[in-house]
Amino acid sequence: FRLSSLIGHISTCPSLIGQCCQRHPGSVDEFQEELVIRPLHSGDIYASFQFRTLWDTDFLQEGQKVSHYRLFPKSLGQVLSKFSVRELHISFTQGFWRTMQWGQPFIPSPPGAELWVWFHDTVSDVDGNWKELTNVLSGIFCASLNFIDLTNTVQPSASFKPLGLGNATDHRFLRYATLPREIVCTENLTPWKKLLPCGSKAGLAVLLKSEKLFHSSFHSQAVHIRPVCQDEQCTSKAWELRQTLNVVFDLYTAGQGKKAFRSSIYLNCGKTGELFELSPATPLLSQAVVLGDRRTYSVFDLTRAETFGQLRSLNLLLRWKGDGGEMLRPLLHAERYVAGFGLQTGEIHTVIYNNHPYRAFPVLLMDSVPWYLQLYIHTLTVTSKSRDNKPSYIHYQPAKDRHRPHLLEMLIQLPPHSMTEVTVQFERALLKWTEYTPDPNHGFYVGSSVVSALVPSMVAMSTNFTQDQPLFSSFVPVKEESSYFVRVYTEPLLVNLPTPDFSMPYNVICLTCTVVAVGYGSFYNLLTRTFQVDEPSLPLAKRLANLIRRIRGVPLLT
Amino acid sequence: MPEKQRGRYAALAIAAVVIVVGIPLWWKTTETYRAWLPFSEISELDSLQLQLSVDIEVVFSRGTLTPEQQKKFPLSHVNEKEHQVDAKTGLRYKYETRYRTATIMEEDALNQPTAAEADLSLHMLSESSCGSVVVYVIPESSTLLPEVRFRAFVYFYILKSLLKLIMLIPAVYFQDVKVYVGQRRTALLRSPPFKTSWNLKEVLSNLDVEVEQVVSTMSFGHQDIVAALSNRVRMTKVTKESMADSMRAIKSSPGYEITFSLLNPDPKSHSLHWDIEGAVQSYIQPLLNKLAPIANFSVDSQILYYAVLGVNPRFDNSVSAYTLSADSLSHVINPVEARLGSNAASSNPVLNFLLYVPDAHHSPLFIRDHSKREVPSNAFHSPRWGGIMVYNVNEMYGPEAERPVDININMAKVMGVFLAQLRLMLGVQHTHPPTGFVLQSPGSAGLADWELDRLLWSRSVENIATASTTITSLAQLLDQIGNIVINDNIAQQVSSAVTSLQSAVAELEAGNLAFALQYSREAILASERAFFDPSLLHLLYFPDDQKFAIYIPLFLPMCVPIVLSLLKIVSEAKKRRADKQAKSD
Repeated sequence: FRLSSLIGHISTCPSLIGQCCQRHPGSVDEFQEELVIRPLHSGDIYASFQFRTLWDTDFLQEGQKVSHYRLFPKSLGQVLSKFSVRELHISFTQGFWRTMQWGQPFIPSPPGAELWVWFHDTVSDVDGNWKELTNVLSGIFCASLNFIDLTNTVQPSASFKPLGLGNATDHRFLRYATLPREIVCTENLTPWKKLLPCGSKAGLAVLLKSEKLFHSSFHSQAVHIRPVCQDEQCTSKAWELRQTLNVVFDLYTAGQGKKAFRSSIYLNCGKTGELFELSPATPLLSQAVVLGDRRTYSVFDLTRAETFGQLRSLNLLLRWKGDGGEMLRPLLHAERYVAGFGLQTGEIHTVIYNNHPYRAFPVLLMDSVPWYLQLYIHTLTVTSKSRDNKPSYIHYQPAKDRHRPHLLEMLIQLPPHSMTEVTVQFERALLKWTEYTPDPNHGFYVGSSVVSALVPSMVAMSTNFTQDQPLFSSFVPVKEESSYFVRVYTEPLLVNLPTPDFSMPYNVICLTCTVVAVGYGSFYNLLTRTFQVDEPSLPLAKRLANLIRRIRGVPLLT
Repeated sequence: MPEKQRGRYAALAIAAVVIVVGIPLWWKTTETYRAWLPFSEISELDSLQLQLSVDIEVVFSRGTLTPEQQKKFPLSHVNEKEHQVDAKTGLRYKYETRYRTATIMEEDALNQPTAAEADLSLHMLSESSCGSVVVYVIPESSTLLPEVRFRAFVYFYILKSLLKLIMLIPAVYFQDVKVYVGQRRTALLRSPPFKTSWNLKEVLSNLDVEVEQVVSTMSFGHQDIVAALSNRVRMTKVTKESMADSMRAIKSSPGYEITFSLLNPDPKSHSLHWDIEGAVQSYIQPLLNKLAPIANFSVDSQILYYAVLGVNPRFDNSVSAYTLSADSLSHVINPVEARLGSNAASSNPVLNFLLYVPDAHHSPLFIRDHSKREVPSNAFHSPRWGGIMVYNVNEMYGPEAERPVDININMAKVMGVFLAQLRLMLGVQHTHPPTGFVLQSPGSAGLADWELDRLLWSRSVENIATASTTITSLAQLLDQIGNIVINDNIAQQVSSAVTSLQSAVAELEAGNLAFALQYSREAILASERAFFDPSLLHLLYFPDDQKFAIYIPLFLPMCVPIVLSLLKIVSEAKKRRADKQAKSD
């Protein structure tokens, strides 16, 4: 078994985190940052950065404009108050999270860009606000979010509940859209880093070197804004801005693991299992229960001087002890593919796995399909263990051509240790010639399905709300001890549509013109030609004879 | 022969059908939609004749005129001046002066001990309308005006590349005061010595020069108005100074975003606190309230950590301090600007005011002007962008202080500089009063009424000039490129811009300054909206040659037989006529 090491080197003074990461004396905002490193069973390294800015203020207060910013980025604050946003979640992801190999991520995201926003219930023109908001956000993040319009926006009725304070249930104020084709690159990372109070100059963000981050198997960056409680009593509101960045590095690719963290490392929480040996050892161990699994984490608190020792630097070494047996299989897993042949019809298969040995649990499946795949909803079948499985709740909103996509939401009960298959047939529409994308033969993307579920937990989840919980375990509020919330995204689909020859319009014009011209020509000829009795000309023999006769001076033949 | 005749008629009939039905049908179905535009009115606007009317009231207090002279009051006088700025732009100033004697209440007000109090109580008596000027002539012996020795702040501008340095240097004058200009729209004028034997006409003409000086100080000067026309007129006749003023001021816009940023490059050693909310409330907001008729303002602030200037300051041994020379200031802004962040929520121009606290290793830091002197305010500004102030904190703590040091920033000092810079950016022109003039400092409002009037005058003229240029160039463009679709909403915007422009010009003529500005703002908004409408671009790149290339397979086979047979018919007809002529001969 290959021995890999992860080397970090700290050179930055810890007191700057003191400025940057701790509560400002006498002020009401707070910044916290955290890096979780989880060695994956596949041999990769999963690094999850979380940066949280908490601000005890209310953007949506009547008559009072928030305009003086300290740690919270001004550009986002202005957007929140201008568009009356209650909650905003945006993610940019390059690559696909392999749930079966890597387990559950701390914060899931679909490939491409995803944006979902809850508007405040005082907004009268939600669609107008949404359109403007996407334009502004595409400017802030340098992304093509401006391609979000009514044709790819849906209003899920149950799958996306607000994660923050306030239990709004009226899904008229929710908008959800994905752009599966969006490519994420450094130009998106730079504006994302700019939103951090210290930019990339201090704290964990100095590790975010784009040439390393994008040389990885999976990269996902996200911004989540929501109102949360200020304290346990929840007497007043605070706004939380959570910026997350998840990367999976492949250690087997030449020297990757070493390079990525060479410059310096901040570890708030490093995780060890029994598979690994960690040096230097840290005196701080903490247990956290996240995603139904209790684990022990070694914590390096970088605001404390003793973490760094004499050298004021931190080198971290992980040694693989050997192949450590089976990975805990994720309890919920989903995949999706297109079946069928030809360019006329097809079938979407969504397969959801429940790997729990003895517990059945319900899942919410949400599918948003573009209008040019015309779903035959009567062919919808749900089968588990080769038996029909009737969904207890179906919300279906049919598409309108060129106006809105299909939305299908179903609540399906998954039997224990089973595979449930959802199939629906569709017909491919023929688009207008201006509606095709610049590279139509590449195919058209259909965004990921979303499976949301409360999965029964193996261990008791802690439901109490405390400030000192590590960030990675506090994103989704836990409501009950026996289960935890999981969202799984399937692969996006790539569907070929019948694609015409694009020189066709010109050919058609030319052909039609020629046909018309030929018809017109004969018609014109027929109408204007005059018939006159003409003297028949002499046959060739007679004309030759006449020629000779003329020379000879003999009377000509007629 | 009848057969031949029939063929000829058939060819003619087909040609007629093609011409009468076919071509109009094709024309109609392929034409672009072009709504009607008021081209004639737009071309009228192209040659702009502006008339600016000012109401002047000259009030004589007791003791300035003899009773005999007073008998002839009230009396009025109109004075007009014409300037042709260029071939298409003319200016006419109409000064309507009314003379009267002071009422009893005004006399009481003028008996106050100081000029400032007199100014206030005169303001309480009657509020003069926007754009007008009231001049009180007081006796020569009056003690209202300060006699000698007053201090005034004079701004020196040093002009170099794009950056200018402001220095606030107290200057001391020893001079007799002739005119006192108050915070409102009134001025007190010490009457020159009149001879009692003069008749009224002589008295008034004697006064004229002074009144004119007062009016050009308080209302508008010709140079400022010409500078405001810079969008239309090539700047040749304008003095360097008013050109600099108009270049420094940010362009007229319906709204402005003012952003204050605190740059803390060294949070390890300095923990900075600024009470920006309170400072904005007490220093900036009064000025913005006063400027509300001109534009909407919104104020933001932010703190940027680890934001550094683009240049490394040089250490100067002689003063044991770091210095930034005036030449390097132009390199300071760009690296900082990337951190400032654009304003996401609106598209109004942004005015940036940065407070830079140098890090512990580079302080104190001083800005030096071109003559290598330290700038007392330690600040500079960049035209149409904003200002930067360097705030040294190294004296506030000793070497053994525990890092980070908590530092409270003195906002009064900072805001004083930013306020001065903001006035410059907004185009509150710095007036150079003639000798003997005392300008009352604007007080807590940050802006005197007459300064606002000056701004209104030049802004109205600037708006009218900009809107008329926009609308004429749009009309020109639409006229030249026949492919552009003109939708109804664009036509509507253009018409409303034209009407607003006409009303603005008319209101300016009538002397209603507030309405003129209002209409000119509407005109600018409508004209910009029409000019930048995306629908204008839709068919712009569909050139005629390509369009006809597509039609050729149809047009060529259709037209050739028609043209040929027509030619044949014509030649036959000619031949026949020639035959006939030959026969008749």
